[in-house]
Amino acid sequence: MKLDARIPSGPMPEKWTRLQEEVKLVNPANRRKYSVIVVGTGLAGASAAASLGELGFRVQAFFYHDSARRAHSIAAQGGINASKNYQNDGDSVHRLFYDTVKGGDFRAREANVHRLAELSMAIIDQAVASGVPFAREYSGYLANRSFGGALVSRTFYSRGQTGQQLLLGAYSSLAAQVAAGTVVAHPRTEMLDLVVVDGRARGIVTRDLSTGKVESWAADAVLLCTGGYSNVFFLSTNAKNCNTTAIWRAYRRGAGFANPCFTQIHPTCIPQSGDYQSKLTLMSESLRNDGRVWVPKRAGDNRSPDQVPEEERDYYLERMYPSYGNLAPRDISSRAAKHMCDEGRGVGPGGRGVYLDFSDSTRRLGEHVIRDRYGNLFEMYERITGEDPYRVPMRIYPAPHYTMGGLWVDYHLMSTIPGLFVLGEANFSDHGANRLGASALMQGLADGYFVIPYTLAAYLANTQQTAVSPGQAEFREVEAEVEDRVKRLLAAKGSRSVDACYRELGKVMFEACGMSRTAEGLTAAIDTIRGLKEAYWKDVRVLGEAADFNQELEKAGRVADFFELAELMCVDALTREESCGGHFREEHQMADGEAKRDDESFCHVTVWEHAGDGKAPVEHREPLEFESVKLATRSYK
Amino acid sequence: MRLTLHVWRQKGPQDPGRFATYELEDVSTHMSFLEMLDVLNQDLIGRGEEPIAFEHDCREGICGSCGMVIDGVPHGTQPGTTCCQLHMRHFSDGDEVVVEPWRARAFPVVKDLVVNRSAFDRIVQAGGFISARIGSAPDGNAIPIPKATAERAMDFAECIGCGACVAACPNSAAMLFVAAKIAHLGLLPQGQPERLERAKAMVEQMEREAFGACTNYRACEAACPKEISIQAIAMMNRDFRKAMLSGTGHIGGKRKR
Repeated sequence: MKLDARIPSGPMPEKWTRLQEEVKLVNPANRRKYSVIVVGTGLAGASAAASLGELGFRVQAFFYHDSARRAHSIAAQGGINASKNYQNDGDSVHRLFYDTVKGGDFRAREANVHRLAELSMAIIDQAVASGVPFAREYSGYLANRSFGGALVSRTFYSRGQTGQQLLLGAYSSLAAQVAAGTVVAHPRTEMLDLVVVDGRARGIVTRDLSTGKVESWAADAVLLCTGGYSNVFFLSTNAKNCNTTAIWRAYRRGAGFANPCFTQIHPTCIPQSGDYQSKLTLMSESLRNDGRVWVPKRAGDNRSPDQVPEEERDYYLERMYPSYGNLAPRDISSRAAKHMCDEGRGVGPGGRGVYLDFSDSTRRLGEHVIRDRYGNLFEMYERITGEDPYRVPMRIYPAPHYTMGGLWVDYHLMSTIPGLFVLGEANFSDHGANRLGASALMQGLADGYFVIPYTLAAYLANTQQTAVSPGQAEFREVEAEVEDRVKRLLAAKGSRSVDACYRELGKVMFEACGMSRTAEGLTAAIDTIRGLKEAYWKDVRVLGEAADFNQELEKAGRVADFFELAELMCVDALTREESCGGHFREEHQMADGEAKRDDESFCHVTVWEHAGDGKAPVEHREPLEFESVKLATRSYK
Repeated sequence: MRLTLHVWRQKGPQDPGRFATYELEDVSTHMSFLEMLDVLNQDLIGRGEEPIAFEHDCREGICGSCGMVIDGVPHGTQPGTTCCQLHMRHFSDGDEVVVEPWRARAFPVVKDLVVNRSAFDRIVQAGGFISARIGSAPDGNAIPIPKATAERAMDFAECIGCGACVAACPNSAAMLFVAAKIAHLGLLPQGQPERLERAKAMVEQMEREAFGACTNYRACEAACPKEISIQAIAMMNRDFRKAMLSGTGHIGGKRKR
C-alpha cells in the first residue's frame, strides 16, 4: 500500500489555490459522459451530489433512508464554524486552522485543515443563499456563538437545529438536481459492497431494502459519504441506523483505514436510564456557553442539588482549566467527568452524571434570554428526563459521538483505491485525535460543495478508463458474495437476537476502547470480540425473508461488520503507545493526569491494510510534518 | 406497569392487514415509546415471531423517520412531541394502546407501521428550493435579514417532513408540509426571485399526488410535532393565487404568439 498524500507544493496558505489553478478540468460538454456514484446523502453526500450534478456529471445517489433529508447530519445541534471574524474578536483563517490542529492534538494533516479553514467562509455564504435561516442580530446581520476549544466567537447557528437547516439546504439543492435530471436518487437502497475492476473503484453492490433485490451499479468513480462508526459502542448519540458497512467493505477491498481508534466521547449527553436504553441523546455543547459544570465536593453526597451550598460544590472544569473553563475541548471535559464519577462524586441514579447548571446565567441574563438561546434543547431534556432544567440543573454524562478515524484519503480525498473518494466523517482527514465542536458540519460541506468538484474532475480528466457494465464477472462475483452473506445470516437460526449480541459488543468496546484504554484491557477485549463474533455467526437469530422489507436482516449485516471493525479499533489503540486527544492510554499520562503525547514515535497517521480473514492487518504510516504550526503540548489551563 | 397493545400488522402493500394484541409486563416509565416497542420486539424474536416493522432513526425528534398513530393521534397525545420522544410516563398501568401506521392514500403501507412518503420528496423536487448555483453566493452578510423575519422563517423551516399533518387531516391533505416550505423560503429575501413560481409548482405537484384538499380543520397544526402554524397555509394560498393571476411561468416581456 503506497501512501502518497499528494499535498500541493508551496506555502501553506497557497496550496489549495495552487491546486485549483493547476488542476486539469473536464470540458462542460464531456462531463455528461462521466458517471459518479455517491453513497449517503448527509451533508457531505448531498452537497457533493448536488455540486457534481450541477456541473453536469451523471450522478447516482444511494441512501438507505426513505428520503435523503433524513441522514444523520440532520441531528447536529449547535452550529458550524467559519473564520468570518464578523465579531471583530481576532478570528482569521490562520486562527481557525491553528485551533483545529491544536484541538486535534497535532494528529491531523496540516494542509487539509488549512484548506478547511479557507473554505469555511464560502460555506456560510452558500448556506445563506440556499435559504438557511441562520440566527441574526437585530441589525439583520449574522449572529455567532462560542464553542469549545476556541477563544473567539465563530459559530453560526439556527437555534439548536443547525444540522437540520444545513442539511435541508443541501437536500433542496439535491432535489433541484433530481428535478433537472442530473442526479438519480435511489432511496431505501443500501450499499453492501464495493466493486474494484483493474485496481480502480468502478461500482457498488446494493440491496433494495423494500424488496431485498441485490443489484450492481457501475460508474467512473465512487464517493463514500457514509458517516462515522460510533455505533460500534451500541449506545451512542448516533442515529440507530448509522453503521460502518460501506467503509468497512471498502477496507476489505483494499482501502486503507486510518486511525480507527480515534473516537470522540462527547461530554454533554443525557445519562443512561436503564438496560432497555436504545441510544443516548446529546445536549449541544453550546449549552456550556452559559451552563456551569459541577459535582459535590464530597464523595457520596446524595443531597438534591439545591441543598448543596455553593462552597460545597466543585466547579471542576473552571478549577482545572481556568482559561477555557466550561468550554474546555470535548476529550478533556469528558475525561474530567469520568474522573469525578470514578471518585464517587457523580450524581443521579448509578452515580454516572455531573450537573450542568444554568442558575447563575439565568440570574444574570434572565430566563427569557436562556429560553431564547436554548429553549428547544431544554424542552428536549424535559421530554426525556421529566425534569425541568429551568428549575433543576441538568444531569449529563459523556457518550460516544463522533469518529475522527476513517478511511485514509490524500489531499484530493481519494482513498488508496484509485477512483474511490471518501468525504465527511467517513474519512479521517481533518480532526486529528479530537474534533472541535461545530467543525463536523464545516468539513462535510467543504468536502462536498467545494473540494470534490475540483479533485474528482482532476481524477476523471487524468484517467483513461474502459467502459464497465454491471453484467461483467467482477460485479457478478461481488453480488454472489453479498447474497451469500445474507443467506448465512438467515440460515444461522440461532437463539440470540441481533441486539442481544450487539449490546455485548458495545459494552466491551466502551469499557476497553472508550474514554480510557490500557494494554491489558485492549488485549483482553480483542480476544473477547473474536469470541463474540464467532458466537454471533453461529447463534444469531434473524427472522423473516431475504426478499422482503426486513429491518432485522439489515441490522444483522451491519452488526457483523461492527464486530470486525471493533477488533481493528482495539489493535490500533494498542499499537498507539501514547495518549492524544480522545485516545487516552492510562500508561501514558502526566503526573497531573493529562494526556502524554509522544511526538518522537507517534507523530503519524496509522493506516491499516486488510490482509485477509484471520490474518493480522498490515500497519502503514503516513508521517505528519508540521511546517506552519509548532508542535506544542496542548494546554487549556 | 402493565400495558395491552393493539398493533397494526401488515405483511406488505397487498396484504389487507389486521390488529394483533400483545400484553406487556414491567414497562418502565423512563422508556420512550419506541424503546417499549424494542422490548416487545425482542420478546417476539424470542418467541420466533417476526418483530414489528417501524421506521425510526435519530430518536431525537429531528430526522422525521418515525411516525405512528397512537390512540388515534399521530405521534400520540403529547403536544409538540414525536413518538421517539414520547415517554411511557405519560401512560398508566393497565392502559390499552392502539398503534397504527399513517393512514393516507398518498402514503401506501410498506410493512406494519412503515409507509412510503416519497410523495413529499417529489413535491420538494417540483420547486422546494432556491436554485442558487453553488459557488456563486455573495457574502452572507450582504443582505441583512431582520431578526424577526429570520426567526419566523425558522419557525416554518423546522418541519421534519414526518407526515403527521397528512395522517391527522380528515382529507389527508399535505397543505401544512407544502406550505411550511413555501413560507420558509418565501419569507427570506433569497427566496423572492422564485417565490411565486415555487408556490405554483409545489401546489400543482401536491395536487398530482393522492393528497386531499384543505377544509380548515386545523388537525394538521394540532398534530405537528414541531407545532408549525397554519399561517403557513394562508401564505401559500396567497402566493399561489398571485402566481395564477400574474401568469407566472410565462417568462419575458414580449407579446406571446
